[in-house]
Amino acid sequence: MDEPIVIVGGGLAGYQSAKEIRRLDGQVPICLISSDGADFYSKPMLSNAFASGKTPDSLILKRASEMASEIGIEVIHERKVDAIHPESREISTGEGRMGYSKLVLALGADPIRLPVEGEMYSVNDLLDYRKFRQALAGKRRIAILGAGLIGCEFANDLLSAGFEVDVFDIASQPLGRLVPPECGEWIMKRMKGVGWHFNASVTRFEEGRVHLADGSSHAADVLLSAVGLVPRTKLALDAGLACGRGIRVNEFLQTSVGDIHAIGDCMEFEGMVLPFVMPIMHASKALASNILGKEMKLAFPPMPVVVKTPLAPTVVCPPKPGLDGAWHTEGGEEGMKSLFLGEEGKMLGFCLCGKAVSEKNALARTLG
Amino acid sequence: MKKWQCVVCGFVYEEALGMPEEGIAAGTRWEDIPEGWNCPDCGVAKSDFEMVEI
Ligand SMILES: Cc1cc2nc3c(=O)[nH]c(=O)nc-3n(C[C@H](O)[C@H](O)[C@H](O)COP(=O)(O)OP(=O)(O)OC[C@H]3O[C@@H](n4cnc5c(N)ncnc54)[C@H](O)[C@@H]3O)c2cc1C
Ligand SMILES: [Zn+2]
Repeated sequence: MDEPIVIVGGGLAGYQSAKEIRRLDGQVPICLISSDGADFYSKPMLSNAFASGKTPDSLILKRASEMASEIGIEVIHERKVDAIHPESREISTGEGRMGYSKLVLALGADPIRLPVEGEMYSVNDLLDYRKFRQALAGKRRIAILGAGLIGCEFANDLLSAGFEVDVFDIASQPLGRLVPPECGEWIMKRMKGVGWHFNASVTRFEEGRVHLADGSSHAADVLLSAVGLVPRTKLALDAGLACGRGIRVNEFLQTSVGDIHAIGDCMEFEGMVLPFVMPIMHASKALASNILGKEMKLAFPPMPVVVKTPLAPTVVCPPKPGLDGAWHTEGGEEGMKSLFLGEEGKMLGFCLCGKAVSEKNALARTLG
Repeated sequence: MKKWQCVVCGFVYEEALGMPEEGIAAGTRWEDIPEGWNCPDCGVAKSDFEMVEI
């Protein structure tokens, strides 16, 4: 009998790959294995769950068993894959070895943990979020480490839920890696209920206080870390797959080793890691087609990222890394429009705040 | 008029408002949005992930 297509990972990338493969081929056996419960939930909604009235349980849309029967695949949950053996086309788990015809790695990423002493939460999956919500019970002051996308989203959500929120970052503005300073400033002003602390390096969280490198300290009951992700590459590295920051794939979503593909937060493509939903939607189509033997090149259109901060609506489509150019910003209290212009005034990226977010689709089309 | 939410990213579609900038007039019912439509925020296809009524 033919071995199944094996997908490792029960997040969006794993399930979306299964769906796309099934759409093209109603018969081929597909087995999805995941170390977690493999229940299907919306990860982006973890950072606006309060605002949308969700609890960790109500974020689950479908149980693993429902997903299995709906897509027509086998789902094995709570089983970790420990090793890949490309030479025999097998993987090993605690229950022994299992063969594959094609292997898809949809392993996700781990939160980065800075060397801060004391108890610190981070939220990158539903289980993390459950623990964080429990930690919030009866608490009032939340300190957030990191003023990036996820940090700003949690700041907004917690503020709207009535918590006191302080945000700390070593950068000098919110969303420092994504938006120009003028937009950062605009966001800060709009989210004025947040205590912003920039150029601030947190060293320690102890006895209800967050301590900074400059010797100052601030009261807090819970510390949430949101300083970024590192793709899960260990399984791939151990099996000899080429990895940079993530598991490297070419435009056919192939890794450096035959019959093994990667997708989602664990993947690196053209030097970029793209830990967002939209890249998964595009990549899963190309992945499915290539796995079933029909070549299809991965080409990402412009993919604007919507920052889920209702207090300061923002959309950003950052220029590709390494492109030369500068931000040109206009606007005021109502909103900001900033274009990243390269040589000869060609637009290479944009950032829109407030009223200007309505221009998102038009600008994305111009970019594409 | 109803509100629908994308199950993947939380985007909310309000029938009463439509999405004029995407060519979907105010008052367009969810059923009447073409099957080829994608969530403007995350790209999920209408046929992939039904929006849930909120
Ligand atoms: C709070 C938050 C808000 C976000 N908001 C947005 C947003 O608004 N818009 C947007 O586009 N994106 C957003 N994102 C990013 C987006 O959610 C992710 O890019 C996407 O969900 C990643 O899916 P994935 O399947 O690659 O990874 P994951 O969902 O992390 O799935 C990885 C899976 O692999 C399994 N696994 C790992 N190792 C093994 C192993 N060895 N054996 C077996 N199984 C294994 C895990 O158990 C898990 O099921 C947000 C992320 C977070 C954390
Ligand atoms: Zn969506």
